[in-house]
Amino acid sequence: MESVRHLIDWLASPIRFLPLVCVIFFLALRGYRTITRPRVALAILLGAIIFYVLSLLDHNFRHIVAKPDNVPITIMLFLSGFCTYLALRQAAINDERMERGLAPLEKEGSETIFVWPDLVYIEFLAAVLVGILLTIWSIELKAPLEQPASPFRAPNPSKAPWYFLGLQEMLVYFDPWLAGVVFPTLIITGLMSIPYMDMNPRGTGYYSFKQRRMAITLYLFGFLFLWVTLITLGTFFRGPNWNFFGPYEYWDVHKVQPLVNINLSEIIYIKILGTGLPSNWFLREIWGLLFIAFYVFGLPPLLAKTALKNFAAKMGFIRYNVFMLHFLMMMLLPIKMICRWLFNLKYFVAVTEFFFNI
Amino acid sequence: MWQKIKTHISESQVWKSVIRHGYPDTRRNRTLVVLSNFFLHLHPTKVPSHSLKLSYTWCMGGLTFFLFLVETLTGVLLMFYYRPVGEYAYNDILALREHVPLGIMREIHRWGAHAMVITVWLHMLRVFLTGSYKPPREFNWGIGVVLLTLTLLLSFTGYLLPWDQLAIWAITVGSNMARATPFVGHEGPGAKLLNPGMLGLEDVPLIHATDDARFVLLGGPFVGEATLLRFYVLHCVFIPLAAATLMAVHFWRVRKDGGISTPTDDFSQKAL
Repeated sequence: MESVRHLIDWLASPIRFLPLVCVIFFLALRGYRTITRPRVALAILLGAIIFYVLSLLDHNFRHIVAKPDNVPITIMLFLSGFCTYLALRQAAINDERMERGLAPLEKEGSETIFVWPDLVYIEFLAAVLVGILLTIWSIELKAPLEQPASPFRAPNPSKAPWYFLGLQEMLVYFDPWLAGVVFPTLIITGLMSIPYMDMNPRGTGYYSFKQRRMAITLYLFGFLFLWVTLITLGTFFRGPNWNFFGPYEYWDVHKVQPLVNINLSEIIYIKILGTGLPSNWFLREIWGLLFIAFYVFGLPPLLAKTALKNFAAKMGFIRYNVFMLHFLMMMLLPIKMICRWLFNLKYFVAVTEFFFNI
Repeated sequence: MWQKIKTHISESQVWKSVIRHGYPDTRRNRTLVVLSNFFLHLHPTKVPSHSLKLSYTWCMGGLTFFLFLVETLTGVLLMFYYRPVGEYAYNDILALREHVPLGIMREIHRWGAHAMVITVWLHMLRVFLTGSYKPPREFNWGIGVVLLTLTLLLSFTGYLLPWDQLAIWAITVGSNMARATPFVGHEGPGAKLLNPGMLGLEDVPLIHATDDARFVLLGGPFVGEATLLRFYVLHCVFIPLAAATLMAVHFWRVRKDGGISTPTDDFSQKAL
């Protein structure tokens, strides 16, 4: 038992956990018809429940997961999983039907029916049911109330409300001006621009994966991996000083984490060239600035001429560039993660003089 | 006898002034009940049957609205007892917990808020996966994104109000980012450029800790009493009004854009 716990703690480290989740995500999407078969899905659900229940026997796990404000995250995790299953299951059925030349289930046998009583009755039942669940939840679990607010005693770790923990986890990789300001803004503008970016006319009003592979893959990657997984990591696996702790590990305030991260300029000038850092910041950061400039401004036109030629032509200039801006910014996070794990990279660009660190 | 009373009531002037149709068991009356009721007229009189399936809608949009109503109701009750002032706030919450037998209003309010955040996300997931943002519904998706942001802000501003350690430090961490806002945060990139000294004039930094974006958000250089009042007003008045207004637009647009999404494509063998 002890060795299993150690194994899971070991696996839960971001450097293993995030790539693992990522691989599982893409494999699951690839085999969406297989994993959404009711038996397979049921087995996964049972596995998750058994893992959860057994883990609750562990003191450290229970301590974090059973915190009143963390209970919604457990609910969210199971619901997100279930809803994704539900959607992909129907997508699998519809895709299979459409391959045989049939219309999707939503089209088949769809007649118009009266709102009263059919819809009103469903709304009423749903409201009553959720009302009851909410009341039971509220009777069973007291809302947390800690010591009175004191600006002088910071708890360790200090955490934002749970739904922002994905953003707080991003702070590991990016400075606050990116993780807390620029990226959230881009998330909002990116979401709002989805209907104008997605030019695929198919797939309104029914579940399908085959007809909208790219759109659904990108969205689920953003939601399930970059948002939900990072919230999970930030809530359950981040302890004092935002250090990593496995699910069964004690949150030791004195855990020592060596600060080994170095900037791109240090890698280039000191490690590779063997000279000191230039004293002029522009000269020092020129490589990082070139890389970022290429990534943001050079890559879209380059791809439009080469690999994404057809795509760019179909999208048109403005649409293509808005899409690429949001897409590249979204991918900057996984890219930075990989660089951090492989090269201990701290910043691509580190102009600390102007708080301009990327 | 029973029939007589029933006719007597349903033929009375009072009853007829309120309800203008017979019992909704005929096609005509089922149409009228929806058309003549202010709240029900959000709906069309008839909908496609697949849109009633739980597996299609997951009920998430409706539940989000329901939870918003629950939050409004419990929020008003909590406002009767809570004063957003440093010396009272914590004790008022404590009193709600200690002095009200079986009191669960704060619990319903808090767990309802968490649940609402989740239902908004899942509603959005459903809308995405059924392609319901595609023309002609693009604009309504955009309104939905704003509503998602408002929901998170509602939850965030409410998080501070208990005025305990959990509250103050979560808001401190959450709002610390604002000081790194480019140009208008005092630790943001470019903030130092906003200085007449850059033009060769007098060296006066225009952006510092007491006038930057974070200061505007918090009403001070750190989370204090001014923040408590500010977040209270935002939480109880401004954001709910903004959200309610946009919800009205959101629902109205659902109808105007053709109601719940239905498969419109041509599924004939040739088209595939």
